[in-house]
Amino acid sequence: MDPKAFVLGMSALSAGVCTLSGLGSGLGQGYAAGKAAEAVARQPEARGSILSTMLIGGALAETCSIYGLIIALILLMANPLLALI
Amino acid sequence: MDFGNRYLAELFSIGNITVYLTDTLLATWVVMAVLIGFALVVRLRLSRFTDRPTCKLQNVVELMVETLDKLGRDTMGPELMEWGGMFFGLFGFVLISNYIGMFGLRPPTADLATTAALALTVFVVIHFMGIKRRKGRYFKSLISPNPIFLPINLISDISTPVSLCFRLFGNVLGGYIIMGMVYNLLPRILTLIVPDPLHLYFDLMVGALQAYIFTVLGMTFLQQKADPED
Repeated sequence: MDPKAFVLGMSALSAGVCTLSGLGSGLGQGYAAGKAAEAVARQPEARGSILSTMLIGGALAETCSIYGLIIALILLMANPLLALI
Repeated sequence: MDFGNRYLAELFSIGNITVYLTDTLLATWVVMAVLIGFALVVRLRLSRFTDRPTCKLQNVVELMVETLDKLGRDTMGPELMEWGGMFFGLFGFVLISNYIGMFGLRPPTADLATTAALALTVFVVIHFMGIKRRKGRYFKSLISPNPIFLPINLISDISTPVSLCFRLFGNVLGGYIIMGMVYNLLPRILTLIVPDPLHLYFDLMVGALQAYIFTVLGMTFLQQKADPED
């Protein structure tokens, strides 16, 4: 088999697997949003601070899936493995 | 399809290093022109500002300054408000950079160099203020609870700017790539209508949200590092 074809195909496959990192952060963000909705229902007057806290927490939870996205982009656009063959 | 940074023209070269005019550089100049132009307009109209706002411009400027001021006071506390201006500038730059994608330019924040520069600015400010305000306790906090934790504390300090810059970069570049794919996927005539709701989400909402999050996280990290009572 042509080694370049193998490396390219495996890179495309692993870029797809990297997208699965969105699974955990999606679950986490949904959980945070649900809890924030509960908190607003309990204390409607604290809506502003709850919203900003939720946004920051959501952004922090999102970081992991962003790392996955960046690895996928590196594999697809600037593949370092191609230099080795 | 190529979503990378294109080299548009050659600017000048020092030794073996050639500096090119890239998409990012061009868009950054546009963003700078917008921000400087707005600041100059406000400065020229400043003499006409009154105690009770009478013109639209004064209302807009007061709204922006008061919102960012309140955000800074809530997040950092009043004693760190000397850095409020820097975060106002960061917020404006990131916001306009994210929005420039709607006008056909490549957003400067979709380049790792821009976001890394912004995150490094925040990193330097955080640790400068930490040393200035906490002095000995700043270095003591590096080896707390005991000296074995020094590498772990250093890694957690370094991961702050890394996560700041990758978050902004990944969000903006992801949106940019999705929009580019949608534009290439559709027939020419449909690109006038179909991508509009996507622009609403990927440019307007994600752009404002990421600018807000970048600013607030920077303020939170600064407050954590520079809190003298800790």
